[in-house]
Amino acid sequence: MLESNQHSIFQTINAASPIDKVGVEERVARFQTRSIKDDAKAQGLKMVLSMIDLTTLEGKDTPGKVKQMCFKAHHLHDLHPNLPQVAAVCVYPSMVTIAKQALKGTSVKIASVATAFPSGQSNLEIKLADVKLAVDSGADEIDMVISRGKFLSGEYNFVFDEIGMIKEACGVARLKVILETGELCTLDNVRKASDIAMYAGADFIKTSTGKIQPAATMQVTYTMLLAIKDYFEATGKMIGMKPAGGISTSKLALHNLVMVNEILGPNWLHNEWFRFGASSLANDVLMQLLKLESGSYQSPNYFTLD
Amino acid sequence: MENKKNTSKDHQWLYSPSLESTSHIEIKDKYELFINNEWIAPTSNKYFDTINPADEKVLSKIAWANAQDVDKAVKAARKAYDEVWSKISAGDRSKYIFRLARMMQEKARELAVIETLDAGKPIRESRDIDVPLACNHFFYYAGWADKLDYAFPNQKTESLGVVGQIIPWNFPLMMAAWKIAPALAAGNTVVLKPAETTSLTALKLAEIIKEAGIPPGVINIITGHGDTGEALVKHPDINKIAFTGSTQVGKAIQKALVGTGKRSTLELGGKSANIIFDDAPIDQAVEGIVNGIFFNQGHVCCAGSRLYVQENIAEKLVEKLKHRMKSLILGNPLDKNTDIGAINTREQLQTIEKYIQIGIQEGSVIFQCEGALPAIGFYCKPTIFTNVSQSSVLSQEEIFGPVLTIQTFRTIDEVIQKANNSPYGLAAGVWTDKGSKIFNLTSKLKAGVVWANTYNKFDPASPFGGYKESGFGREGGMHGLGAYLKIIK
Repeated sequence: MLESNQHSIFQTINAASPIDKVGVEERVARFQTRSIKDDAKAQGLKMVLSMIDLTTLEGKDTPGKVKQMCFKAHHLHDLHPNLPQVAAVCVYPSMVTIAKQALKGTSVKIASVATAFPSGQSNLEIKLADVKLAVDSGADEIDMVISRGKFLSGEYNFVFDEIGMIKEACGVARLKVILETGELCTLDNVRKASDIAMYAGADFIKTSTGKIQPAATMQVTYTMLLAIKDYFEATGKMIGMKPAGGISTSKLALHNLVMVNEILGPNWLHNEWFRFGASSLANDVLMQLLKLESGSYQSPNYFTLD
Repeated sequence: MENKKNTSKDHQWLYSPSLESTSHIEIKDKYELFINNEWIAPTSNKYFDTINPADEKVLSKIAWANAQDVDKAVKAARKAYDEVWSKISAGDRSKYIFRLARMMQEKARELAVIETLDAGKPIRESRDIDVPLACNHFFYYAGWADKLDYAFPNQKTESLGVVGQIIPWNFPLMMAAWKIAPALAAGNTVVLKPAETTSLTALKLAEIIKEAGIPPGVINIITGHGDTGEALVKHPDINKIAFTGSTQVGKAIQKALVGTGKRSTLELGGKSANIIFDDAPIDQAVEGIVNGIFFNQGHVCCAGSRLYVQENIAEKLVEKLKHRMKSLILGNPLDKNTDIGAINTREQLQTIEKYIQIGIQEGSVIFQCEGALPAIGFYCKPTIFTNVSQSSVLSQEEIFGPVLTIQTFRTIDEVIQKANNSPYGLAAGVWTDKGSKIFNLTSKLKAGVVWANTYNKFDPASPFGGYKESGFGREGGMHGLGAYLKIIK
């Protein structure tokens, strides 16, 4: 990055307009009054399924657990024809090899968290090694965390450069930058972190690790979608969005899609540009989809838990 | 990076129709006049149609009251005032008003659907704004009825007597509530005349009044055209006229009242300025602009119809506004996803279209949302004009439709001057991240209501009313109560 270029990028980032939280809440509430029925609902629910990053990020993850989840990723509900598979699975770097094997021959992508996830409290060397491990093991996508401590102490250049270097280490893997909005606290910070991440080379910006509450609130996602919109207007480059954590119902997922549809437009309504990071969303969506067709809800026991 | 722009239509996601059900509502074929808690045929035996502006179909026939009918209603109100309403305890008045509020809440869904059918406004608005606010006005003033001594400490107040109230078609039920609730709480009885194109929810309210057992004659609802309203204004036994509507009619009413000793409050037109500074939260400001001018198809007396944008952000803001307008859904008001419903009357639609033509002739630059309008019904696309100046007709006259004029400004002093440079002074909006700027403007703008970083927010506790040709007197809050009382010592 050239010095002068970076200077002008920071001018752009600092020029972002302030955000009024009350106004954002009101706007989000308005999205939630959208009533999605019938065909639109079926289409929306199928989109949601195809956008899920099926996730397991636990200390107790084992090859057994990851293999079973990977099978579910491309066998969501085999009793029902014409269902999409999820977009990706999301695992720790140590599990990427296992996932790679389990998903061989499918088009399900493998995303791996990296950079001392979830806190990011390590040095650059370790973070780059973490990314390398994931990429070398076959990850298609890297979900990094930003250094929130540095961000909150005003070291924006540090955060920017770190993202840039991680991006370089990713090679062809797409980079999702997790802002951990629950620790940034204000929407103004969310906006600033989004701008830094996009200008530093993120392919996706992502709300949360799932380890901190609140995670992907609609207010935060809305703010990030607007940042993506402004970035697109300024540069012509599309950036993806991934809300993660706390989206476990179809209704909330559909309202997220309504926001994408009305802010970024239909070009973003594809798993190349929008993802849900979720562990339990898929079954609720399946249940709603089947209810649409049969008219009645089935017991949760008819949907597999992997 | 594969930043190919995907222009295929594969990803189009259009919302399926989501119509609010009309199976639970009851609209009679014909409505009589509501006098003394009874339904009375008009003396003239004349009726007029009320139609659904979204499909131009007749919803019902409405009685047309003449001067004789008005006299009956005023006599009923006077009798109820003398014998019942001014005699019962303030606590009992309060109980009656609370009962009305609760019963309206119970029938909220039906009221919302009928409001949407009769007025053309989106069900989202009648369901989430009109009807809840109408109920809240009754709840709020029910609470004041037995606490008047606290509203005006160390003073003694007295009710006025019989009040004539004339309301417009833009918020039919809500305006009825704004008028009736404070009048009753203060101890008056009323004769209310709804607008001729939107009588239905007032008549549903009459059914609720009867069911609630409000003493006969306390609230009388008479329907009709301008002549009915005129008869009410001129009736000698009225103590006060409360009117909401056009400035033109307001002036006529004021002339008619001169020398009669009747009190009056007038809430009239507006051409309110919505001011966006360069330090404003721009995306939220865009939302505020949309709510300011496109709420209820722009049929809002305090609509933010004159937009002033600081010149250094004007281009960016207008682009964002246009983008936001593209996601507004215009269509069947009964659809829960409709943002922009029908214009209330054909006549009003023609007025709006006339102004749009004037704007084009004046050389202003028009932008409207794409897409076709429904084949039947009265619809107008959300419209914005740039290249407008203070001298354009478009920025001076009240259009009362979804038409926004956009002007730029350079300095605070300039925008204050321009915002105040209008015969009207109902409301204003100020958008800035800087608190001191807000206070500077609120003290200098000649407008009854100034919203900061929001627009078109209403609450029963907050007074509402205008400067200059936007009228006088306040509705809502303690001020609204005072408008229905006289201070006797």
